[in-house]
Amino acid sequence: MTDGTPAAPLLEVCEISVRFGALMALSRVSLEVQPGEVVAIIGPNGAGKTTLINCISGFYHPFEGRIRFAGRDRTHLSPPDVAELGIARTFQNVALFKGMSVLDNIMTGRLLKMRGSFVLEALYVGPAKRQEMEHRAFVERIIDFLEIQAIRKTSAGRLPYGLQKRVELARALAAEPKLLLLDEPMAGMNVEEKEDMCRFILDVNQEFGTTIALIEHDMGVVMDISDRVAVLDYGIKIADGKPDEVRQNPAVIDAYLGVTHS
Amino acid sequence: MIYREAGQFKTTYAADQAIFPIAQDRVVVALAIAAAFLVPPLAGSEYWLQAVLIPLLIYSLAAIGLNLLTGYAGQLSLGTGGFMAVGAYAAFKITTAFPQVNIIVVFLVSGLFAAGVGLLFGIPSLRIKGFYLAVATLAAQFFLVWLFNKVAWFSNYASSGTITAPPRTVFGVMVTGPEATAPARYVVALTLVVLFALAAKNLVRGRIGRSWMAIRDRDIAAEIIGVRPLRTKLLAFGISSFYCGVAGAELVFLYLGSAETLAFDITISFLILFMVIIGGLGSILGSFLGAAFIVLVPIFLTNAPHALGLSVPVALQKQVELMIFGGLILFFLIVEPHGLARLWQIAKEKLRLWPFPH
Ligand SMILES: Nc1ncnc2c1ncn2[C@@H]1O[C@H](COP(=O)(O)OP(=O)(O)OP(=O)(O)O)[C@@H](O)[C@H]1O
Ligand SMILES: [Mg+2]
Repeated sequence: MTDGTPAAPLLEVCEISVRFGALMALSRVSLEVQPGEVVAIIGPNGAGKTTLINCISGFYHPFEGRIRFAGRDRTHLSPPDVAELGIARTFQNVALFKGMSVLDNIMTGRLLKMRGSFVLEALYVGPAKRQEMEHRAFVERIIDFLEIQAIRKTSAGRLPYGLQKRVELARALAAEPKLLLLDEPMAGMNVEEKEDMCRFILDVNQEFGTTIALIEHDMGVVMDISDRVAVLDYGIKIADGKPDEVRQNPAVIDAYLGVTHS
Repeated sequence: MIYREAGQFKTTYAADQAIFPIAQDRVVVALAIAAAFLVPPLAGSEYWLQAVLIPLLIYSLAAIGLNLLTGYAGQLSLGTGGFMAVGAYAAFKITTAFPQVNIIVVFLVSGLFAAGVGLLFGIPSLRIKGFYLAVATLAAQFFLVWLFNKVAWFSNYASSGTITAPPRTVFGVMVTGPEATAPARYVVALTLVVLFALAAKNLVRGRIGRSWMAIRDRDIAAEIIGVRPLRTKLLAFGISSFYCGVAGAELVFLYLGSAETLAFDITISFLILFMVIIGGLGSILGSFLGAAFIVLVPIFLTNAPHALGLSVPVALQKQVELMIFGGLILFFLIVEPHGLARLWQIAKEKLRLWPFPH
């Protein structure tokens, strides 16, 4: 976690707007994420949280505003370009490769780190084989870390939901990202699974120094694990600050209780 | 020997990643390959080699090719016949222009031509998917067959547009042309399909196979881990068409002896697709099983009534054959999309637990 010393932000989202037809999904939203921080993005359903993550990961492009990563303008990159910068993410509705084993799913997280020619790989000799073993060893460390040894060879599509979320996190971690974006990593989990997931997220942040931005509905969880909280409502950022401050903020209370909306 | 993996502890990741991690499997496969090389050439009748085994091996190669594209990379193609035609006509042009070049080299270079054409027709796959992509590849199929039919240069201005395999040798043994014996042609086909099946297996269990399957299973998730869709799909089209091209060249040179474009019409595209579906999408072994099934069922249907002392008219027999294929394809698409290969796997899992099923 950060001690509050000002540093150059890792991610700067400056006044971006996204429109779907008549709907303004995001209106001039800004967000800064400092290296090493855990930032939570919260807000009611349809507030634009996922849209914000989709912009950062290159799926949507804002019609105005800028996105900067590690000091350089990154507004118009495609998702694979974003991946190459060192940004990984998980999806709200779990997007695993269902026909592949858990191990292969996590190995895909290493794809960007793998090089080679298809001729050598077809022969499975020399560098091709060596590289496969090196990455397998790395992936095994993640498997141990997330305690999913027992399901390595299971087909991803056959896992219960909670484990699928964990495997998706493993796949994102396999890429050794600088910035990890998690879209509702605990949705649909029971209390015990949520506790495990919280522990994993904090461990990732502390042991690997990975910067994390996550979307979460459970306020208890948010208050526990985040350094900072940004609140979206109807595509507008209505608050941004330390968890305690945000919790007291009248605008946030209104948004959650739904009182003053016209 | 009991089929069991107990006691076989894998101490390295290399052992765990091996194609056949269980020792019994390795023994069985080695024996099967040895038997395939020795038994049919020595003991098989001319009929079995020529009418059953040689086409089975060639279709298996084409089915592996299509399986890489459709089963692994998830891109449906009906252009198989067209890509096979490219291989066949390229082989014919090359070997008639350069008779001294070894025929195996000619097959491989023909495969490269097919790969190039496949790449070209794979470009639309960036924008269109599923059914629409199938229609686009169908256009490739019709265009290519039309082209070879129309442009007499491809068949060296033969009056009927027919290409005929000239006599060629490998290590002094005649393997193509009218003089080539069935065992010689069989051994060439078998060698090629074994090597290419191994290469395909290596591709699909590594980096490339994972990026294909990632695109197939969830393209948005694939992109965010850095898989570039166009590059990945094109590689699948290229490699798949290479396999189909080599198979097409073999079809004329090792099996038919001479052929017109009719040999590569849409029927063969569907036939290979059926093999892949029945055998198992996303399985190399399944490609062999599917090819064997489609080659053997008609033979079975021809002979079974005889054995039972019935006489069934040929027309009816053809219809029964189509009904069986159609029914099975529906069955596999709906109930078991992983085909015969999956049934085989289930059988093996049962065997692993035998004799204690619970
Ligand atoms: N591709 C799209 N096309 C049209 N409308 C969209 C699209 N994506 C999102 N929206 C709309 O934009 C708004 C914001 O959606 P978004 O998914 O970002 O909300 P969210 O804050 O993630 O909500 P939730 O908590 O339900 O996940 C919603 O009204 C949604 O219907
Ligand atoms: Mg959302």
